[in-house]
Amino acid sequence: MDTPLVEVVNLNKAFSGVQVLFDVNFRVKKNEIHCLVGENGAGKSTLMKILSGVYPAGEYEGEIRIEGRPVVFHSIEDSERAGIAIIYQELSLVPEMTVFENVFLGHELRKGLTVDVAGEIAETERLLSLVKGESISPTSRVKELSVSLQQLVEITKALSRNPRVLILDEPTSALSEEESSNLLKLLLDLKKQGMTIILISHRLREVLQVADSITVLRDGRTVAYFDRSVQDVTEAEIIRHMVGREIKDLYPPRLSVPSEEIGLELRGWSAVHPRTGRYLARDINIKVRKGEVVGLFGLVGAGRTELALSIFGNPYGYIVSGQVLVNGKPTKFASPEDAIRQGVFYLTEDRKERGLILIQTIAQNTTLSNLEGVTSGLVVDDHKELQVTNSFITRLNIKARHAKVRVSTLSGGTQQKVLVARGLFAVPDVLIMDEPTRGIDVGAKYEIYGLIRELAREGKAILLISSELPEILGLSDRIYVMGRGRITGELSAAEATQEKIMALAID
Amino acid sequence: MSSFWSHLRAFLKEHIRDYAMFLALLFIMGVFAAMSGGDFLSPVNISNLINQTGYLGVLSIGVTLVIVIRHIDLSIGFLSGFLGAVAAILMKFHGFSALSAIFVVLVLGTLAGLLNGSMVAFLGIPAFVATLAGWLAYRGALLLATRGTGTIIINNAAFNAIGNGFIPDIPGLQGFLPGYHKLTLLLGVVGALWIIFSAVRARSRDKARGFDVLPLDVFILELSFVSFFLMFLTVKLAAHRGISWTLVIVLAITLIYHFVTTRTVLGRHIYAVGGNPEAAELSGVSVKKITLIVFASMGLLSALSGILFASRLQSATTTAGQLFELYAIAGAYIGGVSAAGGVGNVVNSLVGAFVMSTLTNGMNLLGVDISLQYIILGVVLAAAVVFDVATRGRGR
Repeated sequence: MDTPLVEVVNLNKAFSGVQVLFDVNFRVKKNEIHCLVGENGAGKSTLMKILSGVYPAGEYEGEIRIEGRPVVFHSIEDSERAGIAIIYQELSLVPEMTVFENVFLGHELRKGLTVDVAGEIAETERLLSLVKGESISPTSRVKELSVSLQQLVEITKALSRNPRVLILDEPTSALSEEESSNLLKLLLDLKKQGMTIILISHRLREVLQVADSITVLRDGRTVAYFDRSVQDVTEAEIIRHMVGREIKDLYPPRLSVPSEEIGLELRGWSAVHPRTGRYLARDINIKVRKGEVVGLFGLVGAGRTELALSIFGNPYGYIVSGQVLVNGKPTKFASPEDAIRQGVFYLTEDRKERGLILIQTIAQNTTLSNLEGVTSGLVVDDHKELQVTNSFITRLNIKARHAKVRVSTLSGGTQQKVLVARGLFAVPDVLIMDEPTRGIDVGAKYEIYGLIRELAREGKAILLISSELPEILGLSDRIYVMGRGRITGELSAAEATQEKIMALAID
Repeated sequence: MSSFWSHLRAFLKEHIRDYAMFLALLFIMGVFAAMSGGDFLSPVNISNLINQTGYLGVLSIGVTLVIVIRHIDLSIGFLSGFLGAVAAILMKFHGFSALSAIFVVLVLGTLAGLLNGSMVAFLGIPAFVATLAGWLAYRGALLLATRGTGTIIINNAAFNAIGNGFIPDIPGLQGFLPGYHKLTLLLGVVGALWIIFSAVRARSRDKARGFDVLPLDVFILELSFVSFFLMFLTVKLAAHRGISWTLVIVLAITLIYHFVTTRTVLGRHIYAVGGNPEAAELSGVSVKKITLIVFASMGLLSALSGILFASRLQSATTTAGQLFELYAIAGAYIGGVSAAGGVGNVVNSLVGAFVMSTLTNGMNLLGVDISLQYIILGVVLAAAVVFDVATRGRGR
C-alpha cells in the first residue's frame, strides 16, 4: 500500500478537561478526494483545526505525518509551509478589498518597496482560470460578488499558496443546488490537475458523488473508513455509522399529554437575509400545541436559529412574510420586547454572545426580561428580586455562592441555567429553546430535560431546537426536520428513528 | 489590632479600584495645600473649586451613561456654550424671564440630544461621527449667536445667582457662631448622619442575606473617612458664604441620576444594553429606546451645563463650551467608566470631574504655566486609564 500523503495517528484532544477527540486515526492518499463526515460536534472541525495548525502542537496528543514523516505544526504558517491549505465554512475574505488583494493578503508580491500590483493581477487571473472563474475580474470588490463566486475567490486564495492538500469545510452549505454541483465538478477537475482534497460535508449525496475514500467520525472517534476503490458504500450505511449509538436513559418520562389547543403556529413563513437575498427560512408551516414538546432538528446552516429569530420580533431585520398565530390568533411581533409581552420567549443558543450579560450578577440576569415583576413603585425592589432569584437557584439547582455572584465566574452549565431562569421568569406561554444543552455536562443536561417535561405539564408550548439526535428523539412529542431553510419532513415520536431524521436532514 | 491591618490590606487589595481615585484626590489636594502655603485650602478657594466643578460635573454625569451604552458624545461642549448664549439672548433681547429662558433652553437641549440619539439609534451612524458633526455645527451656531454683539453681558440677577449666589442662612441666629453659615453646617451634619445611617442599614441587611460585607473595622474606617471629608468641606464652605446654588443643583442632579441608575428599571436597562446589547435586545429591552433616552438626557444636561456656565460668568462668550466635552469625558474615565461598556457610576464620574477641576484650580493658584498644565492633565488621564486597565478583573 502507498504511504498516505497525510496521516493522523492516535490523536487525542481535550478542551479544558472535556475530551473531544479519542484516538482518532485518519489517512488521505495522494491525489484523491477524501470526505470526512459526522454529526455536528463529532469532532470534524477540531480535527481540521489541528491539521491546519490553529491548535498548535502541545495542545493535543498524537502524531501527524506527511508522506510518512512526522511533522509538528506550531502555527498556521507551519502547516501552510507543509502544503496544507484550508477553506473555512465562514468565508474569510475582506469584503471591501478587491479580488486580487484578497488572494494575496498576507503574502503580497513585492517589487522593491511596493506591492507588485500588475504581477498580482496577472497571477490572480491565471489562478482564476484554474478554478473556471474567468468571469471574475481580479479588480472587482469581493462584496460585489455572489456567495458562490466568493467561494471561488477563497479557493483561488488557497491555491495561490501552492498547496498539496486543500481542505474544504462545508463549502456547499451556503450554496444553491446548481452552485453546489458546479463546485463539486471543480473539485473533480482540481483532482485531475493533481490536487489532493479533503472535503468535510454532511450532504451525503454530494459526498458519494466525489469521494474516493470516506472517514466517519462519531463522538470524537473514528468509527469507519471506506476505500471506495476496494468496496463501495451506501448512504444508509454511512448514516448508520454516523448515528449508531444507543440512546442512554437520559430522558425523563413524560408527565402529561399535549392538549389539542395550539400555542404557536406558523403559516407560510419565510425569512430572507436583507443583504444577500438568500432564503434563511422558506415557506414554513409548523404547529406547536400547548403542553407539547416539538423538536426541530437540522444540521448546521439549516436555518433553525434564523427561523426562531425571525419569529421572535426579528431583531436582525430579516425580510419576513407569512403569518404567526399565538393561541390561535394571528399576531405580529414588532420587537423581542413585543414578543415577550405577548407570551413568547426565545432562549438563545449562544449564551455568551447573545444571552447573558456576563459582567452582571445572577439576580440581574434572571430578572432582566421581567423587571416589572420585581418593581414596586419606580424602584427595583432588591428584596423581591432576591426572593425570585433564590427561588430559581433552588428550583434549577444553580450552583453558586449567592444571587449576587457575577455570571462570568460560573460554569457553562450553570450559566445556561441562569439563562433558563430568565426565560421562565418572563412567564411565557410559548418557549423556543435553541440548543438548550449545548456545551454543558451530563448532569446539567439531565436537569434541563426534567425541567422541559415539567414545563410541558404546566401547559407551555415548547419548540426545542437541537442538533443532537438523541435529545430530539428522547424529548419530542413530534419532530420537524429542517434542511436548507425548508421543513423537509415531519415525524411523530413513534415513527421517528435516528436514520429517518438524518435522511431528511441531509436531503 | 493586627486583624485590623490584615483586614485593611485585604480590603485595599480587593477594592483598590474603587478607592484609588479618592486616595489620588487626597494626595493631589495635600500637595497643593503644601505648595500653596494654605491658600489652596482657604474657604474662598474651596468654594470656588466646587462651583467650577459644577458645569463640568453635570456633563460628566451625562456622558457616563453615554459611555456605559458604548457610545460617545462630542457635541456636548459647544452645545452647552451655544445654549448658554441662547439663554442670554432670550433674556437680554427678547424679554424672557430667567425661569422661562431656562425652560426653553432645557427643552432645546433635550431636542438636540434626541437628534443625536436618533442618528445613532435609527440611522446607525457611529456616535463619534454623528456628534462630531454636532460639535462643528454648534460651534458655528455659537459664533452666529454672538456675531455682532461679541460677548453678551447678562443683567438678570436671578439668572446670575445660579452661578454666583448662595443659599440663605437660618434667620435670627446672627450671634451664634459668627462668621459661619449655620444652615450649611446643619445640612452638612444631617448629610453625614444620613450617609452613616443608610450605610449601616445596607450593611446589616446584606449581612443578614448572606452577602459579602466589609469587616466591621474597615467599614468604620471607611465611614469615618467619608464623614470627615464631608465635614471638612462643610466647615470650609460655611466659613465662606455657605452652599452655593450651583452645588444645590449639582447635588440634586447627582442624587436623581444615582437613584435612576441604581434603583430603577430604566437604570437596569441602561446597564444591560451597555453590558451586552444583543442579549439585552433578545431579553426584551429596546436598545433603540435606551439609546434615545440616554442621548436626550445628555442634551438636557448639556443645556444645564450651559446655564451654569453662562450664569457663573454672567455673560455668554464666543468660546463658551470649548473643550468641555473632553474635560467631561476625561472626568468620567478618571471616575472609572469603562469604554467596553456596562460599567460606570455617576457619583464616581462627578468625583472624576472634581479631580480635573482640582488639578486646574491648584495649578492656576500655583501659577503653573498653561502649557505645562495641559501636559500634566494628559499624564493624569493616561495614568488613570492605565491603572484601570491594570487592575481590571480584580475583586469580585
